[in-house]
Amino acid sequence: MSLLSLIFGEKKHTASVAKERLQLIIAHERVGLNGPDFLPDLQKDLVAVISKYVKINPEDIKVGLEKQGNLEVIEVNIVLPETR
Amino acid sequence: MTTIITVTSGKGGVGKTTTSASIASGLALRGYKTAVIDFDVGLRNLDLIMGCERRVVYDFVNVIQGDANLHQALIKDKHADNLFVLPASQTRDKDALTEEGVEKVLKELEHQGFDYIVCDSPAGIEHGAVMALTFADQAIVVTNPEVSSVRDSDRILGIIQSKSRRAVEGREPVKEHLLVTRYDPKRAHEGEMLTYTDIQELLRIPLLGVIPESEIVLQASNQGIPAIHQKGTPVADAYQDAIGRFLGEEHPLRFVDYEKPGLIKRLFGGK
Repeated sequence: MSLLSLIFGEKKHTASVAKERLQLIIAHERVGLNGPDFLPDLQKDLVAVISKYVKINPEDIKVGLEKQGNLEVIEVNIVLPETR
Repeated sequence: MTTIITVTSGKGGVGKTTTSASIASGLALRGYKTAVIDFDVGLRNLDLIMGCERRVVYDFVNVIQGDANLHQALIKDKHADNLFVLPASQTRDKDALTEEGVEKVLKELEHQGFDYIVCDSPAGIEHGAVMALTFADQAIVVTNPEVSSVRDSDRILGIIQSKSRRAVEGREPVKEHLLVTRYDPKRAHEGEMLTYTDIQELLRIPLLGVIPESEIVLQASNQGIPAIHQKGTPVADAYQDAIGRFLGEEHPLRFVDYEKPGLIKRLFGGK
């Protein structure tokens, strides 16, 4: 901190940081709470189907919902086991 | 027609009880027969804020469990005609507030011709808070310009939208209002504090009012006289405006803009 700002007391403009952080966390939590509740079932079914063909762990499939503007996007992430 | 108003927030210490006391008193002063109920079983405080703590004989749980009738438990307010306080129980466990019990008491108040029932919710999202919002027609969400309060308000809005009777039965949803409390226009102006428009943008519900941060609130609670009775103070005026808006009147926002004090004011102080 400079001498000047020590004397005059410089205040930080932190409100904008607060707002940005809140925008992110609130959007995230709204999806988690109010999102469609079929996601766990969808995940289970996907695991069952894919397991028919590839050996995977249930945790290797991640299903999530994301908001992009006015669109809701279901994101499915499947990690295939490494082939040796 | 009785309207049930729930005052809630998720977070504690943001001014729910202060708001419940002032909103209920303000409605009663305008001639509406009003009851204000403390849902904070085990940690009752509405009685202290309303200044009737020494007149509590029976409480909400006594009425639910049939140990007393509603008439015996309702305490008539000293400062406003038409206003009655139903205190929470201080000793019994929280599960004493059953959904059927709460509904029964609210129905009885309706039969007695009350215009408004103000439900002062406990903090948190547990049983007591859910009971306080279950039967709401309207909800006043009290929020401080502070990150944890805004986030918790958003959580409680989610709960209103999923657990209230209106939501469960698919009726017209609970009407939600945002009340920003402990607002400091100077700090907001200087970018140190979230502005009321920031909060409204984040929570996306209509703004009922902005109550400025003030020492009056502590002075009011010290004396057990709701802040709205401190006539001529910004806090009382802001609550009056909020009640007016609640009843459909139009009032411009006051006490939200920061005016730089002039030189004389700065030299000689004064507010």
